[in-house]
Amino acid sequence: MITKTVNQKAWFLVLPVLLIVALNAIIPLMTVVNYSLQDTFSPGVFFFEGTKWYREVLSSPRFHGALGRQFLYTGIILLIEIPLGVLVALAMPRKGPWVSVCLVLMALPLLIPWNVVGAMWNIFALPDIGLLGYGLNWLGFDYNYTQQPVAAWATVILMDVWHWTSLVVLLAYAGLSSIPDAYYQAAKIDGASSFAVFRYIQLPKMKRVLIIALLLRFMDSFMVYTEPFVLTGGGPGNSTTFLSIDLVKAAIGEFNLGIAAAMSILYFLMTLLVCWVFYTVMMRGEDT
Amino acid sequence: MRGAKIAVVVVYILFLMLPIYWLLNMSFKTTNEILGGFSWYPQEFTLDSYITIFTDPTWYNGYINSLTYVLMNTVISVSLALPAAYAFSRYRFMGDKHLFFWLLSNRMAPPAVFVLPFVELYSAMQLFDTPLAVALAHCLFNVPLAVWILEGFMSGVPREVDETAYIDGYSFPHFFVKIFMPLIAAGIGVTAFFCFMFSWVEMLLAKNLTSVAAKPIVAVMTRTASTAGYELGLLAAAGALTLIPGVIVIWFVRKHIAKGFALGRV
Repeated sequence: MITKTVNQKAWFLVLPVLLIVALNAIIPLMTVVNYSLQDTFSPGVFFFEGTKWYREVLSSPRFHGALGRQFLYTGIILLIEIPLGVLVALAMPRKGPWVSVCLVLMALPLLIPWNVVGAMWNIFALPDIGLLGYGLNWLGFDYNYTQQPVAAWATVILMDVWHWTSLVVLLAYAGLSSIPDAYYQAAKIDGASSFAVFRYIQLPKMKRVLIIALLLRFMDSFMVYTEPFVLTGGGPGNSTTFLSIDLVKAAIGEFNLGIAAAMSILYFLMTLLVCWVFYTVMMRGEDT
Repeated sequence: MRGAKIAVVVVYILFLMLPIYWLLNMSFKTTNEILGGFSWYPQEFTLDSYITIFTDPTWYNGYINSLTYVLMNTVISVSLALPAAYAFSRYRFMGDKHLFFWLLSNRMAPPAVFVLPFVELYSAMQLFDTPLAVALAHCLFNVPLAVWILEGFMSGVPREVDETAYIDGYSFPHFFVKIFMPLIAAGIGVTAFFCFMFSWVEMLLAKNLTSVAAKPIVAVMTRTASTAGYELGLLAAAGALTLIPGVIVIWFVRKHIAKGFALGRV
């Protein structure tokens, strides 16, 4: 840990970043706040509506539905991806020429544009011409994600697992590769079981990176938009309409600015709250 | 035990590769063959889809536009984040912790929230439909991330390095460029990789901030899907081509990728 000196001039170094992020964050956020408090009948004519939109959003079953689906989705994703990622990271070779090959192959899904991921899975899962859909039906499952909500959910989740588990793998692997060999040798001399090695050596060393993984996966899955939108369009019905999809639908599809803006603010506050909790936990870990 | 481990890795990688194989498989088929039924590999191997993309300007301009704003964004993000990350890693100043969290909170802001205000903002600045608009908009999430990663790498460099340099009479800019930046070269590379990656994969903002002149490849693809019926072969080839920049970039940072993913904090 580096001891830092107090120097108020450091503000000048931060200033450029501050300006560009403020341009992108504060001005648009104020616009959204404005919309969320006003109503309009023609361009440029606005009426102050107070908390009307907020009350409307908070009492609408549509918002509750999207919110519920969002939490369910994020919950399932985290429950699958974190353990699976740790498992794969533990199974990876620790040195040798295969390490680079594994890492490059695993990182590949992370670098595919999100709508290409959606389009890819859209076709991959089609029952008549896609490998996954065709295979499942061949095995005797009645599977068609464009019509069955359960199948659509399974496909959206499988796609996210495919897309993002590697991020957890790479993070966990980075944590593991920081463990000196001596630790393993000591454990071997003591006759520790492989579970004990995991519990008392590997897991504590991975704690920090796993918190980062959790934080990143929470943020990104909570704001997921493009992949499920391209894959299912939020359907069948509303079964895979998550918060972002609903929001874009309200803002751009229906041009319902007040509602969309109020939703945005609530959505942003929720993300902020959860991330603040994560961040506080993470920083506490850092100080000790 | 060893066999089980290898099996886990192999099965996982196979699972990752299958959809990619399917994409490549389709890109070498004609649309008729794709719609005609299920087959493991192309019966009539064709490069037509790729030829169309490389000869039709609306297609290949999409790639050029995308790469333009991605590179612009990477340069802007990294060069602005460098001094800021140095400040966070070396000094305490009024409100530093709050500022750091505020920056990070923008990485958490759902882009869907910002689509509409962004369109208004960049239209007002007369930047709508230019690569610069997308590059600046992507700074919203890339600059905080860049600061976060670089700060991690910089904190790994002992303070004595700075102090020795100042005693030797280096000015701050001179020290920063000549001594400090080479020391964290790996960190800068990894940061650039992340900025490239997140700007390259984003599509909601990129699509909505452009209309004709600066249309990115991701938007060209969605439009083709809706207007020309389903040109699946073409779509698959276009998708397959979007993998290439990613592969090239990963190859460059493969040695540092594990450390970089831990944001330099292991």
